[in-house]
Amino acid sequence: MINKQIASPSEAVRDVFDGATVMIGGFGEAGSPIELIHALIDQGATGLTVVSNNTGSGEVGLAALLKAGRVSKIICSFPRTANSTVFPELYRSGKTELELVPQGTLAERIRAGGAGIPGFYTPAAVGTPLAEGKESREFDGQEYLLERGLKADFAFIKGQKADTHGNVIYNKTARNFGPIMAMAAKVAIVQVSEVVEPGSIDPEIVVTPGIFMNRVVEVASPVYESELVSAGVSYP
Amino acid sequence: MSEQAKTPTVSGWTREEMAKRLALDIPNGSYVNLGIGIPELVTKFVPDGHTLVYHTENGLLGMGPSPEEGQGDPELINAGKRRVTANPGSAFFHHADSFSMIRGGHIDLCVLGAMQVSQGGDLANWSTGAPDAIPAVGGAMDLVAGVKSVYVITQHCTKHGEPKLVDSCTYPLTGLGVIDRIYTDLAVIDVSSDGFRLVELCPGIDFEYVQERTGAPLLPIQQ
Repeated sequence: MINKQIASPSEAVRDVFDGATVMIGGFGEAGSPIELIHALIDQGATGLTVVSNNTGSGEVGLAALLKAGRVSKIICSFPRTANSTVFPELYRSGKTELELVPQGTLAERIRAGGAGIPGFYTPAAVGTPLAEGKESREFDGQEYLLERGLKADFAFIKGQKADTHGNVIYNKTARNFGPIMAMAAKVAIVQVSEVVEPGSIDPEIVVTPGIFMNRVVEVASPVYESELVSAGVSYP
Repeated sequence: MSEQAKTPTVSGWTREEMAKRLALDIPNGSYVNLGIGIPELVTKFVPDGHTLVYHTENGLLGMGPSPEEGQGDPELINAGKRRVTANPGSAFFHHADSFSMIRGGHIDLCVLGAMQVSQGGDLANWSTGAPDAIPAVGGAMDLVAGVKSVYVITQHCTKHGEPKLVDSCTYPLTGLGVIDRIYTDLAVIDVSSDGFRLVELCPGIDFEYVQERTGAPLLPIQQ
């Protein structure tokens, strides 16, 4: 019998090790797996490389992980957000390295990593500062940049509902990076509002097939970044 | 233009009038990605009978207007991270699919703001290059590289009166030779193979006035 359900966020992130690469889903607060991130702060792993579109806001979730000094490098497309003061300080003081990647290139690098493709050519960023040092090649008269696929040791993802086989459906634009990060990580962990039995989700509407998901944890009433920030919460 | 707008004036189009002028040029049924700021105003001026399908790169095609304050879903947002709605006929998808729509040439039109546009169509809109600035690029480089037509909507000059339309950009580039047309408070200008070419002047503004505020030669309206 396959059962990927884990009892708690802390148990789900128990084996994240120092120096691990962790992909963290979310675009702004939509799809940000805050409970998993907070469990990781409690767990204590450090020297992490984080792959995420943003750097969080306030002092909760991803911003709290950064503030706790656990992230040595972030691979990111838009590290500047309203209410985001943690990352700018870390960046200016040189404590967290930034690899800035165009958003579509970031997504495709993650997808490629999960699909067994080590590199690909993209037209994005040709002629810009982000092309510096990158191999380029011409196809049909147009220039493209070589980009590498990205893999991770862990992925933290937020879904709406999963069955115990790890089949996942998402909520609206919270889907964003979840499905591709699940593919690219050795251990993909999803927090969902509801875990159901196999057969409860119509196979026609499954977004992430269970083969890409390793651990499923139920967080029945997840908190939202903006609510915590408005309430002045600072984690831990 | 409406009757009210014919009042003699030396000031150019307002932001709303710029957006209205741009909206006239979008074919019915287009798939459109609008940047944050002035580009978002375009949705208010789509001609009656036209339907546009709005793409937001964080995973929604068929984006509708923002809900009432305090309403909506914190997980139904646009690329500016503001709450929006989903129109009937909309679809959600993940980020790699979203940028396949962009990079694969499936989106008809993208409208962006700009810091500078060169006469060769280069765009700079993501960084001033200041050493202490936090660099953040988002999806702009993918959008300009992949979308079929890329329009800029911007004030003609900076707050300090410097031209934003220049012979060559001094700020870090977003893309090379990617801009097709520019809508400013003074004029509509094409980026042609010969450089900036005037398409239409704002009423009350003459050619010389625009040329004086443009950092590269401006070609007259093609007859």
